[in-house]
Amino acid sequence: MRLAISATTYRMVLLLRDSHQIQSLVIVTPWWIRSQVLVHTKTPIVMDFPGGKVAFTPEIHFISESNEERVPCYRVLDDNGQQLTNSQFVPVSKEIAVKMYSDMVTLQMMDNIFYEAQRQGRLSFYATAFGEEAINIASAAALSPDDVIFPQYREPGVLLWRGFTLQEFANQCFGNKSDYGKGRQMPVHYGSNKLNYFTVSATIAYSLLTQLLPNAVGAAYSLKMDEKDACAVTFFGDGGSSEGDFHAALNFAAVMEAPVLFICRNNGWAISTPTSDQFRSDGVVVKGRAYGIRSIRVDGNDALAMYSAVHEAREMAIREHRPILIEALTYRVGHHSTSDDSTRYRSADEIEWWNKARNPLSRFRTWVESNGWWSDEAESDLRSKIKKEMLEAIRVAEKTEKPNLNHMFSDVYDVPPLNLREQELLVRQAIKSHPQDYPSDVPL
Amino acid sequence: MASLLGRFCRKLVVPGSAHGSRMISTTACDSEAVKSLNLYSAINQALHIALETDPRSYVFGEDVGFGGVFRCTTGLAERFGKNRVFNTPLCEQGIVGFGIGLAAMGNRAVVEIQFADYIYPAFDQIVNEAAKFRYRSGNQFNCGGLTIRAPYGAVGHGGHYHSQSPEAFFCHVPGIKVVIPRSPREAKGLLLSSIRDPNPVVFFEPKWLYRQAVEEVPEHDYMIPLSQAEVIREGNDITLVGWGAQLTVMEQACLDAEKEGISCELIDLKTLLPWDKETVEASVKKTGRLLISHEAPVTGGFGAEISATILERCFLKLEAPVSRVCGLDTPFPLVFEPFYMPTKNKASSSSSLSSPLKKKHYLIMGLHVWCRYWMQSSPLLITSHSICFFR
Repeated sequence: MRLAISATTYRMVLLLRDSHQIQSLVIVTPWWIRSQVLVHTKTPIVMDFPGGKVAFTPEIHFISESNEERVPCYRVLDDNGQQLTNSQFVPVSKEIAVKMYSDMVTLQMMDNIFYEAQRQGRLSFYATAFGEEAINIASAAALSPDDVIFPQYREPGVLLWRGFTLQEFANQCFGNKSDYGKGRQMPVHYGSNKLNYFTVSATIAYSLLTQLLPNAVGAAYSLKMDEKDACAVTFFGDGGSSEGDFHAALNFAAVMEAPVLFICRNNGWAISTPTSDQFRSDGVVVKGRAYGIRSIRVDGNDALAMYSAVHEAREMAIREHRPILIEALTYRVGHHSTSDDSTRYRSADEIEWWNKARNPLSRFRTWVESNGWWSDEAESDLRSKIKKEMLEAIRVAEKTEKPNLNHMFSDVYDVPPLNLREQELLVRQAIKSHPQDYPSDVPL
Repeated sequence: MASLLGRFCRKLVVPGSAHGSRMISTTACDSEAVKSLNLYSAINQALHIALETDPRSYVFGEDVGFGGVFRCTTGLAERFGKNRVFNTPLCEQGIVGFGIGLAAMGNRAVVEIQFADYIYPAFDQIVNEAAKFRYRSGNQFNCGGLTIRAPYGAVGHGGHYHSQSPEAFFCHVPGIKVVIPRSPREAKGLLLSSIRDPNPVVFFEPKWLYRQAVEEVPEHDYMIPLSQAEVIREGNDITLVGWGAQLTVMEQACLDAEKEGISCELIDLKTLLPWDKETVEASVKKTGRLLISHEAPVTGGFGAEISATILERCFLKLEAPVSRVCGLDTPFPLVFEPFYMPTKNKASSSSSLSSPLKKKHYLIMGLHVWCRYWMQSSPLLITSHSICFFR
């Protein structure tokens, strides 16, 4: 629209200009008029709302519920463990690569042996991480020991990488007096303050999976305020991403600018619930953007890809004070736990295929061997060593006595209050009167 | 009744601060500077002191940046910076979860939940994480630096969602502490104790008293011990136990009862979990009667725990059944609030307070009924005696 206005309304024009309604402003002064201003105004396409400017559109258009194409998945190795051409990845030294592979084997064997122990009735419960060894070990390898971990329950490999011994794992599973948790929780609820690995929270039978996620955000904020060169890292599964805590945590992490890595082990199953019954989005990775969080989808069975993704994510998180969401696509080869028989809801063929065709150990082994860093001999040496260590660890853990009864009452508070001291006396009296009703392996 | 009192008295006489015998348990010295403050100002002072004395302490929640909807966090963000005093997104489970994480790293996290009525989304975090953090880790980790503050209780016009007293839910959770102050001076000392206690604490503030209660509050840094009840009024005939704003009502009931010659002993529990059984027990052994009063609904309320415990410990010393004068078993109503509330009249007319029979008569009547019962005489006779018994 072209307007001619007099100089006396020039101030109004300036106001219009400042409101960005004007495309161009031309001052014309023919001799018979003191001044004349020609104003081109443009159709307003931007308006201010709380939260910032948004452009207008005259069309009624709904954003599609999904992108046309799914978010691509980053990988470095193909299914056979051959390095893909043009693949970008963070180089890994021989030492790190060999440790990564060895720890993946150790994790797998540990899981096998503990699982069998449960089946033999020597353990009350166990949950394996079969199929997810690369996620466990490679992510741990890419982190520093100062990064604090808030695990779910399928990440014991992170502890293993950091130096938790097979004996320490066994002690917790058997709930003996050497268990750092003092026999209070079910097996696989590991925790180690010296390794910066917060104690596993929920019992697996319930859907209380992601409570630690918002805790991780608070911890990350603390690290940022203390200016530590460290981040918080938290793990959860595809099922866990449906919990309210996931959404609360991601939103908080973005707003608080907390250096936290959210690593989702999307293994296709939440006990018996497939992802098609869990969400209708393109997995978990697209949820990052909804909260303003940078995200990546990775092949969780590719150790090099996991290592690189976590490595880069960690740098970004600490340097830029931001959360990062990593969705690691993988498959839960084992049952949910020893209380589950997954052949009741999925085919044995499917499990078998994932175990063979996309096995994270065999893929990485191929790559490690291609560099001349591993051999069959090394493999068999390692396996026999681990088997021996594991069996010894179980033997010792089983024989070690349980924690003392007074540990039922300690640590509820920093100091036991009067009511707990009274209750302990009552319990001890009851045991004295009816010793046959109480387990004899708990020292009094 | 609470709103009625509020309308008639702009500045309430805080229980225990007026005439009458009172046992002082605060650490305030007479020579220290004091200032007349209302409840929210006292809490504000406590928060200022907490942030000042520990550089690794944080205050956050919805709207705390500008001072909070109840003004409790006024001036904190300006003084300590937006990194330590900040607004959070509107998400209680996130607020408490974030606070647990901060506390787990050795910081003090003072979290504000805008109304106790909205604390439930955070209940899972409080029960399953905060309360068990130390225990499940074998004391390798703890989140003792966490304090959750929430305004609770009737305000005169709050209705369902601005008046709740949810303390009973939390008193059932081993591993946390539940603290409720009755007045500005108590609030400041108890809040500082709660913040510095090495266990997670849920701190309920009686919102009705934010402006209404005014008291001389010492300006220095002082703490009032947790899990110690206080006898704020001594008496011989009956023990009354309560907490928070309800003590104001109960003190009025005590004054009324005094006119009829009944000497009441009033106890402020202050900490509900773990609670000070010894003080209440000693008092009931002296008086022989107990009346508990709280705003929360009577069924399953914390009064039931006190009643059961005192019954276990003082049965033979009791001269009457334990009375509970509490809120009704309805959602907190708006128009019906004056009828819902445990008023001083309800307290006065409860069986424990209204019939202080002489001990001798009581014993004789009691014996009579027992004899009749065991001789299996006419039920009619027993009934008439029972009526006398419980008049």
